[in-house]
Amino acid sequence: MNKGLILRNLCILRAGIPLIEVDHAIAAGEVLTVMGPSGVGKSTLLAYITGTLAPTFTGMGQVLLDGVDITTKPPHARRIGILFQDDLLFPHMSVGANLAFGMPPGGGKAARRAQVEDALGDVGLTGFADRDPATLSGGQKARVALVRMLLSNPCALLLDEAFSRLDADLRAQVRDLVFQTAKERALPVLMVTHDIEDAQAAGGAVIELESLSKG
Amino acid sequence: MLRFLPALTLLAMLGPVVAGLWGTALPAFGHLPAAGLAGPSLDPFRSLFGWAGLSAAVRLSVMTGLIATSVSLAIVVFITAGWSGTRSFSVLERMLSPLLSVPHAAAAFGLAFLIAPSGWVARLLSPALTGWDRPPDLLIVQDPLGLAMIAGLVVKEVPFLMLMTIAAMGQAQPRRSLLVAQALGYGRLTGWLKTVFPRVYTQIRLPVYVVIAYSMSIVDVAVILGPSTPPTLSVQIVKWMSDPDLSMRLTGAAAALLQLALVIGALGLWWCGERIVARLGHRWIMSGGRGKFDAPIRAFSLGLGSISAFAILFGLAGLAVWSFAAFWSFPNVLPDSFTLRTWGRHGPDAVATLGETFLVAGIAVLLALALVLGCLEAEHRSGRGLTRRGLWLLYLPLLVPQTAFLPGLQTLLLNLGADVGRLPVIFAHLVFVLPYVFLSLGDPWRSWDTRYATVASALGARPWKVFWQVRLPMLLRPILTAMAVGIAVSVGQYLATLLIGGGRVSTLTTEAVALASGGDRRAIGVYGLMQTLAALVPFTLALIIPTILWRNRRGLHE
Repeated sequence: MNKGLILRNLCILRAGIPLIEVDHAIAAGEVLTVMGPSGVGKSTLLAYITGTLAPTFTGMGQVLLDGVDITTKPPHARRIGILFQDDLLFPHMSVGANLAFGMPPGGGKAARRAQVEDALGDVGLTGFADRDPATLSGGQKARVALVRMLLSNPCALLLDEAFSRLDADLRAQVRDLVFQTAKERALPVLMVTHDIEDAQAAGGAVIELESLSKG
Repeated sequence: MLRFLPALTLLAMLGPVVAGLWGTALPAFGHLPAAGLAGPSLDPFRSLFGWAGLSAAVRLSVMTGLIATSVSLAIVVFITAGWSGTRSFSVLERMLSPLLSVPHAAAAFGLAFLIAPSGWVARLLSPALTGWDRPPDLLIVQDPLGLAMIAGLVVKEVPFLMLMTIAAMGQAQPRRSLLVAQALGYGRLTGWLKTVFPRVYTQIRLPVYVVIAYSMSIVDVAVILGPSTPPTLSVQIVKWMSDPDLSMRLTGAAAALLQLALVIGALGLWWCGERIVARLGHRWIMSGGRGKFDAPIRAFSLGLGSISAFAILFGLAGLAVWSFAAFWSFPNVLPDSFTLRTWGRHGPDAVATLGETFLVAGIAVLLALALVLGCLEAEHRSGRGLTRRGLWLLYLPLLVPQTAFLPGLQTLLLNLGADVGRLPVIFAHLVFVLPYVFLSLGDPWRSWDTRYATVASALGARPWKVFWQVRLPMLLRPILTAMAVGIAVSVGQYLATLLIGGGRVSTLTTEAVALASGGDRRAIGVYGLMQTLAALVPFTLALIIPTILWRNRRGLHE
């Protein structure tokens, strides 16, 4: 079995004009950092991988996850977790309900509840299950978003400027937590950022995207 | 299934309009099998042009429509130009929703109670200023020029156009343009008119057209405030259509086609006016004038806007006072004593009618909501938004005058023997409820951050789970508001209920308007008030329910 996330000859076009090209394999537990000026299409690359590319773009090439071609699978069947720069916790659900939303179905009510509590305890948020997400601090929200994603058992992890909204010391803290967890679970990570510190902390390969179409 | 919803929505919205126009065209050319008449013939038009009141009725329709629209638009534009971003403006803004939800008929009755010779204004001024110790014999309400009717239309169209303008400003980023203009030495009003207004107007153009078509063909306000000999063309059409002599329907149908032509002509005229104003405006911009009359225009427009808002509010107060009034002698400002007798007499009937009103409104709104949510979700999943042409289609049922297609729809149903009361009325209401629910929900639905959907599907949620468990609950507030808008639209429908219901479906609006000719102010007070409550209560619920339901969810109240 070929573990990892492989982007094979990816090319994304807008109105027939190539926007970005990537051809790279990310092994399990490794981080690929994609850098580049804003507007170059970094988020578009992630949208193609999650299967949510807007119809104004066309994507070509294959995405393989753990040896399986997921290019044409619907977004909910891809098993790819994503973190954005905003926590995007569902504001109408409690912290616990946010986590349970992403957990695979099955298990009794009590067992699921215990799983939620455990997961919160792992990131130092014991007893937060019934809280309103809006009452959490920025760092707490970021941790809940991470835990929510991990509880859905993803096979790869995408980070879309995930740390850029956090204060400097908090950023390092959350970043270390994410990379450490990804390493423990042997998840391939694709990080999009414009912050060189993020790239250095990740320690993996770095691709510098440039605009293919001028102007 | 989802793929067919946009087509189904179009059918529900435009089907009755097209069928109605067809059903109008046939009898207009002498074809009415139900009366044993077969066309084609031009007799209906001959009889229409033979009617002595025609030119006056046509003039009334066109003039009231165009003047009411121009005045409303001017008030809205100058208030927004002079006051947007100030505290007075946000006060007006907060009054919008309740003002908007007051049904036209209730607002018209309220206004009549204010300005009539025995109304509150005359009572306040008498006898000290006027010397009147009895109501003067003046034709203020139902005046032959239609001034009272124009006023009644203006007070209701100002909040509508205001809401549309505020919505349009969200996309036009007025603050920055205004800052630049002010830095270049322009006053607030002139700066806004020269830099922001052109962009805002292109956004509110369709709503303005709707106001023109609506004002020209409205029936209930014209019955209450408009002149009666002759009435406006629309009122005369309804008279002909309700005549026991079936052949009068032919004349009515011919008049309905004429009404359609008048609206098209008026829209064309307005379109030419837009070109002229644009050219003059361009010259004005090029002239570099900084505007000499900013201050008086600002004050004047705010005054007019406040008068129009307070006309509705005091009008409603007038309805309330009359409904509890015992003997009320002139020129006393308040009744000599209060009584519950009117409510005792009319209350039970009014409550029963309220039930029927809500039944019709509830079903129409639920159907509309299902169709609109389906369309918006289909739009989201395909990633293809509403096109310009789609927007026109959405506005089309509001642009075709009601008096042009509803009589034809009634005739068609009559021929089919399907004029069975409530169900056709619900579908007729749906024609008007659908566009408003769509327009009300469209923007908040589209401005939802779709990254929530990306996150949810990355967590393994299927599209319908995202729809039901994430998007709907997060958009509960705008959904309830759209429902309240839909209910208010349905509650206010007069012609659709009257004609399509064939007299067998009565809502608060048809009952209230039917009271107009009788002149029993106490009964009118009861029905007008109930009608307003029927429209206002859903808006209140739309505010309260999310607040209670999400009381522990701060993120949804920002």
